[in-house]
Amino acid sequence: MYKIVRKKVLNPVVKLMEVSAPDIARVCKPGQFVIIRVNETGERFPLTIADFDREKGTVTIVFQEVGKSTKLLGTLNEGDYILDFVGPLGRPTHIEKYGTVCVIGGGCGTAIAYPVARAFKEAGNYLITINGARTMDLLIYRREMQEISDEFYETTDDGSCGVHGFVTTVLGDLIQQGRKIDLVFAVGPAIMMKFVAKTTEPTGIKTIVSLNSIMVDGTGMCGACRVTVGGQMKFACVDGPEFDGHQVDFNELLGRLNAYKEQEQLALELWEKEHGGSA
Amino acid sequence: MSEKPARKRKPPTKKIPMPEQDPIARGKNFNEVALGYTEEQAIAEAQKCLQCRNPKCIGGCPVEVPIKDFIALLREGKIMDAAAKIKETNSLPAICGRVCPQETQCEAPCIYGIRNEPIAIGRLERFVADYAREHGEELPDIAPKNGRRVAIVGSGPAGLTCAGDLIKMGYDVTIFEAFHKPGGVLTYGIPEFRLPKSIVMAEVEYLQKMGVELKLNHVIGKIRTVPQLLEKDGYDAVFIGSGAGAPNFLKIKGMNLVTVFSANEFLSRVNLMKAYKFPEYDTPIRIGKRVAVIGGGNVAMDAARTSLRLGADEVTIVYRRTKNELPARAEEVHHAEEEGIRFNFLVNPTEILGDERGNVIGMQCIRMKLGEPDESGRRRPIPIPDSEFVLDVDTVIVAIGNSPNPIIPSTTPGLKVSRWGTIVIDEETGMTSIPGVFAGGDIVTGAATVISAMGAGKRAARGIHEYLNSK
Repeated sequence: MYKIVRKKVLNPVVKLMEVSAPDIARVCKPGQFVIIRVNETGERFPLTIADFDREKGTVTIVFQEVGKSTKLLGTLNEGDYILDFVGPLGRPTHIEKYGTVCVIGGGCGTAIAYPVARAFKEAGNYLITINGARTMDLLIYRREMQEISDEFYETTDDGSCGVHGFVTTVLGDLIQQGRKIDLVFAVGPAIMMKFVAKTTEPTGIKTIVSLNSIMVDGTGMCGACRVTVGGQMKFACVDGPEFDGHQVDFNELLGRLNAYKEQEQLALELWEKEHGGSA
Repeated sequence: MSEKPARKRKPPTKKIPMPEQDPIARGKNFNEVALGYTEEQAIAEAQKCLQCRNPKCIGGCPVEVPIKDFIALLREGKIMDAAAKIKETNSLPAICGRVCPQETQCEAPCIYGIRNEPIAIGRLERFVADYAREHGEELPDIAPKNGRRVAIVGSGPAGLTCAGDLIKMGYDVTIFEAFHKPGGVLTYGIPEFRLPKSIVMAEVEYLQKMGVELKLNHVIGKIRTVPQLLEKDGYDAVFIGSGAGAPNFLKIKGMNLVTVFSANEFLSRVNLMKAYKFPEYDTPIRIGKRVAVIGGGNVAMDAARTSLRLGADEVTIVYRRTKNELPARAEEVHHAEEEGIRFNFLVNPTEILGDERGNVIGMQCIRMKLGEPDESGRRRPIPIPDSEFVLDVDTVIVAIGNSPNPIIPSTTPGLKVSRWGTIVIDEETGMTSIPGVFAGGDIVTGAATVISAMGAGKRAARGIHEYLNSK
């Protein structure tokens, strides 16, 4: 059992939890993830580690409520316990000095992008960050990202804040202006990462994406998370989750992410009915 | 001179049949198929045992169960004593009695079996273990604590057996398990209808009552490494029983389609996550109407029979050799046939066909014939030119075997590994290339059987004991 020591509502659908897990906090690195099971009837699902505190022995997760399991997790409060919390899994982000690094976070992905961006900054890179969301209310980590960045951009799909458009609107402009970018790191919805990779592909700018495929065990024993990278079958949980964005078959990934759409919908409807939609 | 009438020999006897669920009814539920002997049936079967002076059966058992002695106690109705007798060498009898291939092990050399069907040792072991569990068995004698600590990596059959033996010898034993439930393949792989999970949990709880500590959600190689267990955490020895859990896929087009699953994923969702109870349990599963299972081992049989129970209309095993070469146990093949699983022999998939949404709409296959024996001694399947055809299926489950999980070898410097990724050990002691680090089970042999993993766990426990006493 893993105790929730802090909970913070970041926006109407995104929550942050700091979880007591000293053994994981001692060794985890940016880019790695944990697998969570909320209760005895729960499913296992992956969440990338958003932050950690080695002294306090805590691991921070940030999640968007998109279905039953994340909504259920969202109902837990400080002092409550998560039944299973496994990690750190996957390979850490490879951090080095590239020159200029552009870190892009979409929606809840910004929480994952933040520690990676900070690490790139600390490694001596010139840091450009692009923080995107559907609408202003959904932008998170705005101040934190701005504080560590040399250049900071925000985008909203509806234009309610920052640039009207997508993260690729800003990225495309920067490339158009002939700005020298040595590495792009993107984390967010699969469709966003696909278009980031498409934007940089003609320029040859190295682009790393953090894939969010369906997982069960997270330790390489089932292959539910398999993706095609450079024509090869890879397991995102052990070979990734980060891959070269230009090598990833995004259409296949998007198809596989929809595998359980009907069941996910059913599980959510039943849960909301039971909880009167109040939770 | 009057001729003596020739002495009439009695006809050969058969094993007392095991009561089973009706094949049609059981195809729709996950309850155990084999129901187990009654006390009367068990004692009657035990009475047939010849109590040989030099019993051959024990030599066929990888964990050396004192078969003659436990059957003698059972014949006298001393069932609890019989259970204690088995547990002297076998920590998991309720499991072995169910999943061991007795026909190739203890029952194969049974003298009684020369003319008759051999004594049903597996069924008797199962009966005795179930009876004892239900009647509250007592804990065995445990040697006084010797102050030494052993870490076991993985709670599958190898790790559980090693732990059970070491705790009885007086060691402090901690098992580290990556999953949220112990048992390894016993929990995530073998289905409920062959091995009820409540029995696996009861066997593990028995070990815990003996003092074995169990740490779940601990991925060794990630949360801490094998060298750290020895150098930082103060363990005197480590046993690696992390298994062969990495699924193999075919190198053909269409393997990443949405409705293609590894048997590991499919069975983990159903057995470990209880997806067959969705939406009461949150983990979903998809099953189509027409399912193809590729492979011919026990895992393929389990996946096929599970598909049927989830509601598939038609389930076909696709195997590239013939029925004679099927690696699955004869009993499992028989059960599958009874339940209506189809078999398509001498067929090999060449491509899985999908629609634009990634769903399987067919499987292209080629017919095979058997050629000369290969290095495994089995006749090699050879494709017959221009014999391609398309099998009409919407779900494909791949059950062509597993490779050793690389997490531990890749995070343990100095650990000698074969080119197949298996850990190299000294056969006698189970010790790896690193002093104090032992290994056994599928991580050493590649995917094999539950009982051979248990045998390896037992040998390693002895090896650890000798190693620590000679230090």
